[in-house]
Amino acid sequence: MSSEVILEAIDVIKHFPTGARGLLQRTTGTVKAVDGVSLQIYTGQTLGIVGESGCGKSTLARVLMRLLEPSAGSVKLQGEDITHIHGQHLRKVRSQMQMVFQDPIASLNPRHSVGEIISTPLKFLEGHHAGSDKARVQELMNLVGLNPEHYNRYPHEFSGGQRQRIGIARAIAVNPKIIVADEPVSALDVSIQAQILNLLEKLQADFGLSYVFIAHDLSVVRHIADQVAVMYLGKIVEIGSPEDVYGITAHPYTKALMSAVPVANPRIAANRHRIVLTGDVPSPVNPPSGCRFRTRCPKAQELCAQDEPLLLDRGHGHPVACHFPD
Amino acid sequence: MIAYVTRRILFAGVLLLVVSLFTFLLFALLPTDPAALTCGKACTPERIEANRVRLGYDKPVTTQYWLFLKGVFAGRTYGEGQGEFTCPAPSLGYSFSEKDCVTTLIGRTLPVTASIAAGGFALWMIVGIGLGMVSALKRGRWPDRAISIFSVIGLSFPTFFLALLLLFIFVIWTQILPFPSYVAPQDDFIGWCKALILPWCTIAIISAPSYIRLTRFGMLETMNEDYVRLGIAKGLKRSVVLRKYVLRSALIPIVTVAGLDFGITLGGAVFTESVFSLPGMGKLSIRAVIDSDLPVLVATTLVAAVFIIVFNLLVDLFYGFVDPRVRVRT
Amino acid sequence: MSDEVRKGEVVLEVEDLSVGFPTPDGLVQAVNGVSFSVSSGQTLGIVGESGSGKSVTASTIMGLTNQKSANVLGSIKVGGIDILRADEPTVRGLRGQEMAMVFQDPMSALNPYYTVGNQIGEAYAVHHPGCTKKERREIALGMLNKVGIPNPIQRIDEYPHQFSGGMRQRIVIAIALVNNPRLLIADEPTTALDVTVQAQILELMKSLQQEFGSAIILITHDLGVVAEAVDDVMVMYAGRSMEKASVTTLFDNPSHPYTRGLMGAVRSLDHSSRGSLHTIPGSPPSLISLPSGCSFRPRCDLAASLGDTCSLKVPSMRRVEPIGSLSACHLDDQQLVNLTKKNFAS
Repeated sequence: MSSEVILEAIDVIKHFPTGARGLLQRTTGTVKAVDGVSLQIYTGQTLGIVGESGCGKSTLARVLMRLLEPSAGSVKLQGEDITHIHGQHLRKVRSQMQMVFQDPIASLNPRHSVGEIISTPLKFLEGHHAGSDKARVQELMNLVGLNPEHYNRYPHEFSGGQRQRIGIARAIAVNPKIIVADEPVSALDVSIQAQILNLLEKLQADFGLSYVFIAHDLSVVRHIADQVAVMYLGKIVEIGSPEDVYGITAHPYTKALMSAVPVANPRIAANRHRIVLTGDVPSPVNPPSGCRFRTRCPKAQELCAQDEPLLLDRGHGHPVACHFPD
Repeated sequence: MIAYVTRRILFAGVLLLVVSLFTFLLFALLPTDPAALTCGKACTPERIEANRVRLGYDKPVTTQYWLFLKGVFAGRTYGEGQGEFTCPAPSLGYSFSEKDCVTTLIGRTLPVTASIAAGGFALWMIVGIGLGMVSALKRGRWPDRAISIFSVIGLSFPTFFLALLLLFIFVIWTQILPFPSYVAPQDDFIGWCKALILPWCTIAIISAPSYIRLTRFGMLETMNEDYVRLGIAKGLKRSVVLRKYVLRSALIPIVTVAGLDFGITLGGAVFTESVFSLPGMGKLSIRAVIDSDLPVLVATTLVAAVFIIVFNLLVDLFYGFVDPRVRVRT
Repeated sequence: MSDEVRKGEVVLEVEDLSVGFPTPDGLVQAVNGVSFSVSSGQTLGIVGESGSGKSVTASTIMGLTNQKSANVLGSIKVGGIDILRADEPTVRGLRGQEMAMVFQDPMSALNPYYTVGNQIGEAYAVHHPGCTKKERREIALGMLNKVGIPNPIQRIDEYPHQFSGGMRQRIVIAIALVNNPRLLIADEPTTALDVTVQAQILELMKSLQQEFGSAIILITHDLGVVAEAVDDVMVMYAGRSMEKASVTTLFDNPSHPYTRGLMGAVRSLDHSSRGSLHTIPGSPPSLISLPSGCSFRPRCDLAASLGDTCSLKVPSMRRVEPIGSLSACHLDDQQLVNLTKKNFAS
């Protein structure tokens, strides 16, 4: 990784109190959504975060964007600590990071035309001239592959893939440095997914954007990421280049995850050995002691219950949090 | 579950206290002098001062509130010597305009309001849920359209206008019914019904439309749920699916609204009572507003608040009872 | 290899099924002349993108499409009975007994107000009138055991929200299989689940099929799931069936241009695939105003080579030799075979 770090998380922890909050009601515990995560995002590159539902990947993304304030640890944008900033300062920092959501329908206001949706973030830019909005919006629509003549149409007149393009146009409108995409293609059909992924890659190449790409689909992340982090119960269990993580997989969880992905080839599918994990993911309110994966791990031993494995390079060329990596 | 109930009841108690404090303060801070209103034209400054002392209006507001609270639990004695009189617990104050303890006034008017509210409530729930179900089951066909026209008419009528219309049609014009005059149900049940049928209809016609819509919406919503489709896929009869799967979940949210609405109606159906000249709490409040009868105003406001809080509590407990998801969370 | 592996008797026969929904904007033709059959022990995968008509096909077979508000044509024979023409009690007798369904979202497929034991027992009792409460409970317990719910004795009296998504899907499967139906329709049964749980559920369905010998229709958009779990595949697009073949034939020699496009868009875990992904240009057509002729024509890069043919005539299903698959495309056999030889981005 030769390029510089643009966004960095250092020992980030985010806990949520559980139970209804209110008068006369006690909190019954804390959901340890993100529990000590450190990572770096490099300029012009893509960090993919994979994991199953409830692993904390979306919470982590929101902490990175400072939509949430971490319970502990720090977040740095280009070396500047943005962990606890507020108000005007935070707004300014946030304009450098934009989000693309999973559900393009829910994230667009149905009563606003596409032009209004895409131009809204422009209004908060410094030196903004309302007169130039339309030209800029149409330029953006062109960039994301929408017909600029559809400026006055409403979201419901577009297909799912086109709506996601609108979401992307809105995100890049303010020239952000970083885009956090939370499952941007998982609601779309396969043929459309490919279109959107290609678009994201093109925009990255053209504008030098950095991406944080969150997905549960390992193949999507493999395709788009320069760096892959695998999360389980609020922690990163393995991190590295896609070649490393997918090729020299070291953590048993990553292995199980990969073997669970169906292969679109019936001849391979029939013959391969699959690791089927038993049971469910434990509750993040009460994670297992030691290694969090040990309750479902085929290789778990006594040590795993006592000592929490640190995220270290254990001779694989990339960090793994496991006492007995492959 | 028991902890949950206890917590809810405690919370309701605290809420009541807060509401009583606010109500009391609100009226105590009004620019009207309550003592000046205790006697009519024959007032002299001396009599006003005497009454001020007798009723405790000379004391600071906090003391007044404390005396009021104490009165609720222990009763309250006004004045001393010859002019001494006592409003027994629960005392809500003394009304000079009515020359009676407020509790007595409430005790006299509450049964009337309760009768109106209970009958009206029963009628509007039956009509609302019944027509709502028909509407949902016959969606898009003529019964649905007819019911929606009825709803729009019901929603757009002002209460007093509808009440006058009914009064005119059934009492003055066709003379099917006598002019409503309240009798206690235990004395003359038929008479009670006859007196209250028009107020009941008024309330039902005004309130039912929103229930028709809620029921229709809730049922159509639930009918699209996967678990309803699974019920059909099991091979259950449509009537069974409707009863066990659709109605239950469609009606639960309605109970929430209904509980609150009933609580509100119990606080006094102001327009209905006024038009039909029924001596209920609504009418009592109106009279108190006109006469600036502060003790009565405080009391009726408080009683209305009590009903709303109590029914809110009941609705919450009902939820915990019928919905397993709420039950476990608590 | 023949394209339809017959394992047993024909359980379901769908012929020329069309389903249209009248709306204020026009008729939505969700399914358009689809035919297929499934035999006991066989798993048929129906694959397609959203709007392809695969889910409507499933719910119409189950009788969940309201025939009063939809135009349903053709025939659906379950065990020889045409359910589109049979009376309501007959069809009701088949539902849950001869055919059962597993839904996409296990979070919403269970009634939140009843215990899971109650819901499994109910599915049994519908078709066993006069069974005792004890019997129902025992059956429910047995099914919970079979679908791999740990501690069934304790969990039988719990409510759906107390189970995880994967466990709920197991319970839905238990409900579906309690009467040992001959046909199981699974509509995207693993789409809402995590991959590790998806693997568990697919495994479970496979082993239960071996035990019960049911025919399964597995509806999915995921070609990976198709490759892993089915014997034969039908590819649907815009309400029409585009290609039918055995799973190996389909993946070895995808003959229809749409199938090929779909497969090209799939990403693989094994190869680094940086660089542009293969895509199908444009998006699926509106079901209210389908393009004339072949529905895939506007997105097909080969349509132009045939002149007007593709816009004039709807292609009918025919066997492509020597591949052995059935394909609805105007290109001739030689052209289609040549297509399959071209390597596409993987």
